[in-house]
Amino acid sequence: MEIILAIGIGILTASGVWLLLRPRTFQVIIGLGLLGYAVNLFIFAMGRLKAGAPPLVHPGKVDTSAYADPVPQALVLTAIVISFALTALYLVVLLTARGITGTDHVDGHEAE
Amino acid sequence: MNQALLLLIPFATPFIAAIAASFLPTKARNAAATLASAASLIGVIALLCLYPVIASGQVARFAVEWLPTLDIAFRLRLDGFAWLFALIVQAIGALVVLYARYYMSPEDPVPRFFSFLMAFMGAMTGVVMSGDMIQLVLFWELTSFFSFLLIGYWNHSESAQNGARMALTVTALGGLCLLAGVVVLGRIVGSFDMDVVLASADLVKNSPLYLPALCLILMGALTKSAQFPFHFWLPRAMAAPTPVSAYLHSATMVKAGVFLLVRFWPVLAGTPEWGYIVGGAGMFTLLFGAWTAVFQNDLKGLLAYSTISHLGLITLLLGMGTPLALVAAIFHIVNHATFKASLFMAAGVIDHETGTRDLRKLSGLRKTMPYTAALAIVAAAAMAGVPLLNGFLSKEMFLAEALQAPEGRDFSLMVPILATVASALSVLYSVRFIHQVFFGPPATDLPKSPHEPPRWMRFPIELLVLICVVVGTIPALTIAPVLGFAVKSVLGDATPYYSLSIWHGFNLPLLMSFIALIGGTTAYVLFGKRINRADKAWIVGRFSGARAFERAMRWLNISAEWMVLQLGSKKQQWRIRVLVIAAILAGLVAAGFGGLGMKEAGITIQRPGIGFTLIWIVASVCALAAAWQAKYHRLAAVILMAGCGVVSALTFVWFSAPDLAVTQILVEIVTGVLLLLGLRWLPKRSVAMAPSKTDFASRRRRAMDIAIATLAGLGMAVMAFAVMTRPGGSHLSSFLLEESYPRGGGRNVVNVLLVDFRAFDTLGEITVLGIVALTIWALLRRFRPAEESRGITEQRRVQDRHDKQHEQRQSGDTLRETMLIPSVVMKWTFPFIILLALHLFLRGHDLPGGGFAAGVAMSVAFILQYMAEGARWVEERLRIRPLYWIGGGLLITTLTGMASWLFNYPFLTTYFQYGSLPWVEKVPLATAVIFDLGVALLVVGATVLMLTAIAHQSLRTAREIEPVKAPEEGV
Repeated sequence: MEIILAIGIGILTASGVWLLLRPRTFQVIIGLGLLGYAVNLFIFAMGRLKAGAPPLVHPGKVDTSAYADPVPQALVLTAIVISFALTALYLVVLLTARGITGTDHVDGHEAE
Repeated sequence: MNQALLLLIPFATPFIAAIAASFLPTKARNAAATLASAASLIGVIALLCLYPVIASGQVARFAVEWLPTLDIAFRLRLDGFAWLFALIVQAIGALVVLYARYYMSPEDPVPRFFSFLMAFMGAMTGVVMSGDMIQLVLFWELTSFFSFLLIGYWNHSESAQNGARMALTVTALGGLCLLAGVVVLGRIVGSFDMDVVLASADLVKNSPLYLPALCLILMGALTKSAQFPFHFWLPRAMAAPTPVSAYLHSATMVKAGVFLLVRFWPVLAGTPEWGYIVGGAGMFTLLFGAWTAVFQNDLKGLLAYSTISHLGLITLLLGMGTPLALVAAIFHIVNHATFKASLFMAAGVIDHETGTRDLRKLSGLRKTMPYTAALAIVAAAAMAGVPLLNGFLSKEMFLAEALQAPEGRDFSLMVPILATVASALSVLYSVRFIHQVFFGPPATDLPKSPHEPPRWMRFPIELLVLICVVVGTIPALTIAPVLGFAVKSVLGDATPYYSLSIWHGFNLPLLMSFIALIGGTTAYVLFGKRINRADKAWIVGRFSGARAFERAMRWLNISAEWMVLQLGSKKQQWRIRVLVIAAILAGLVAAGFGGLGMKEAGITIQRPGIGFTLIWIVASVCALAAAWQAKYHRLAAVILMAGCGVVSALTFVWFSAPDLAVTQILVEIVTGVLLLLGLRWLPKRSVAMAPSKTDFASRRRRAMDIAIATLAGLGMAVMAFAVMTRPGGSHLSSFLLEESYPRGGGRNVVNVLLVDFRAFDTLGEITVLGIVALTIWALLRRFRPAEESRGITEQRRVQDRHDKQHEQRQSGDTLRETMLIPSVVMKWTFPFIILLALHLFLRGHDLPGGGFAAGVAMSVAFILQYMAEGARWVEERLRIRPLYWIGGGLLITTLTGMASWLFNYPFLTTYFQYGSLPWVEKVPLATAVIFDLGVALLVVGATVLMLTAIAHQSLRTAREIEPVKAPEEGV
């Protein structure tokens, strides 16, 4: 399981970074999205992988080893929402820049 | 009234007045002046009420905890010396306010001036009354800052801009050194408390860190008090309105430096280092300032250099390090403040009534301005050290001390000689000032015809000159007791015997005084005409500190630009490349030093399942395909990216994170809608546009990027694997799992974490979300889409053409028909999605769900309606006000947090109780649920605002194309 997820995170990261380095603004937004997934999964994985143990406790004595780590989950939850806001903001900046500069190059003008 | 309140009044009143004055209308000159003078008079009265306490030798204190872990507190501490200084600040402030009321032109924004002036007064009082060294530095920097604003008050004038900038650069730089200095001093002593520091003289002087601390603190003091070689900012600061010069640049701010030297005198003075640095700087400044002052043709320039010279005198006295010299220094601080402030005010009057400050133009003003002339002559005589005036007394003490210069130093004979020369120069420029301005034939070519100023503009000068005379004639009855406890508060038991009488018999200091008086006057008679003709000071005129400063600043700018040119890039791609490479290198270095520790940790690997492997094959293909297609096939890229999102949601489900999965899926929906809305405004990029043959350079670039991307991916994969395969579990997560129910009242630990344990963090995050939504909304209000994507979309054009070809069809029929079934479905899902959102919200504390998920779900319900029937149809029926949702959400969360203050608990403490509602069974009734409600509201507002702001662009451009009859456009 771990090896699969690690490879998956690696491929998501590589695709994201490749797109981040491209000259077109839309490529960058997709790259940010992919990199976002990779990072969220990476943080989530810091809590180790545990199947069938959601952190929903029962009142009374708690056996902490029987539950998945809730801390990375809470961190990732807000990160998901914030990454949506980031995508939206970037999208609007991208569209505005396209309108103003007449090009979708990240520098605001075509490379010489 | 109690002592703490009396202490707070002079400190806080000016700040309150400053804030109040800033709200006055621009033309409210009288209201602002009344406010300011009331504030300073209240301060004076409060200080006078404290007189009995201070006079009895006590120290008034007031303290509030600030940063207890660093032992930094807000402490007010008022001893005799601080009281005297605070009184000077407040009383001269009151006089300056009165003067400024008449000086400032009604055309200027006068309330702003008084607001700055009051804020400065507060900051200066803060410096004087500080009982904590860090606090002292804070107010110290504030005085620099408000001085900057006051010098640059006439912000259209270039000399004001430059003067203000120079003053700020020099004094704020000194302030930073001072901060470093007090930190070192605090480290030696082990406390920032002034009382502790002042009691640790031996500890400090024997410390190896003494010299660094001394140098840094002196940097602060000498820059502030305009001592050579940092003197040059003061003459440039004369671009300020004259009340500012009278207040800041003679009586208060420039005295902050010598105040600091006196304050730390018991701790730092008395060593050879102190003597050489402080004494040397003082002596040089004394002579240099006096010499340069002689050659000034600008009235205020003369006074500025004279101020520099007198500050040098005080510094020299402090540098001597003897108790008697300290007495003389404190006495001269008071005397100089009175006569120099009155002289500046007189100069301002002359400037105001004649229109010029040029000594060579002015002449014979005693005929037209007899009162002002008389006052200025007395004040200038005090400056020159004429007997029966206050300046004479302290100067006499100075000369006596100069004779006492400690034996064993090589220049013991030099000190009295140079002191006499400096006094003679001081007489020379005073005589020149008086003779040029008030005597001789009346000038004929003045810009204005001179006359006496208004009655109350002259009053502050009269009062200050009266003080000069009274202190000069009956010192024992006036200044003696105040000076007595001021000195005692600094020196304690080491206070020496000293006499303030006017007559000490015929002695050497008296002789030196007379030599100076006669020598200075004779020099004026002999050289007066030649001095008037000189453009700049003889000998030293060629050296200009200001020019050196400007050259240094220009050099700094040029080298900064050079660095940017060398190290920076204008190309975004290169910047990102450098960032990614740096991140990879950081990871490599860390792994290289620490290793991955694969061997040490007991590795546990779970066997890969087929299902999991399959979904990740899908995700990997999706990611790679998205990377490949994002340039020309954007829609495909969006869909492929969503595929990765779905797989990551499935991964969350697989490994016990239902909350994350729910949120991820919902966010995936809104992100998809968002990107599709955006694509409408991004002109197509077709493969045909691509260059047919890629050149070598771009192929090389791509190869490099592939290498970087592969390395980055490899690094993340290895790191993730290394962490995942070692045993987990932390104290933190165990604690949270155990305490979630007993302390947070919820079974869903992730939710309890978000709305209870980590609620402050969540509050910050939703605030960011709200700000982003508002930013997007604001950006789109003036949105100009790309030229190519204006007008109707291509799909729409095809549909319309088809509709027109058939007679029985109306325009828009095809769209309606295509959307018929989806739109019915979408419309009918509205209540169900809202029910789902409500469900997610209510169960959130115990089961997967919660405010974030509920908020996003709710916004999906709204956005589906927009998609089904278009923005106009929805908004005719349903008024969604996302701004209110955002504001309401923030308000609810913040108020929930603040409610705990009512019960004396820290911000965002939650309270919970389990209750049971009919039919719904047991529900948690925690305040965290209210907090979660705020989160949900804000998320709905923010998401809907972002999406509808983009959606509305279609309506707007549609209006622009067809202003009369706009067809409704589906979103």
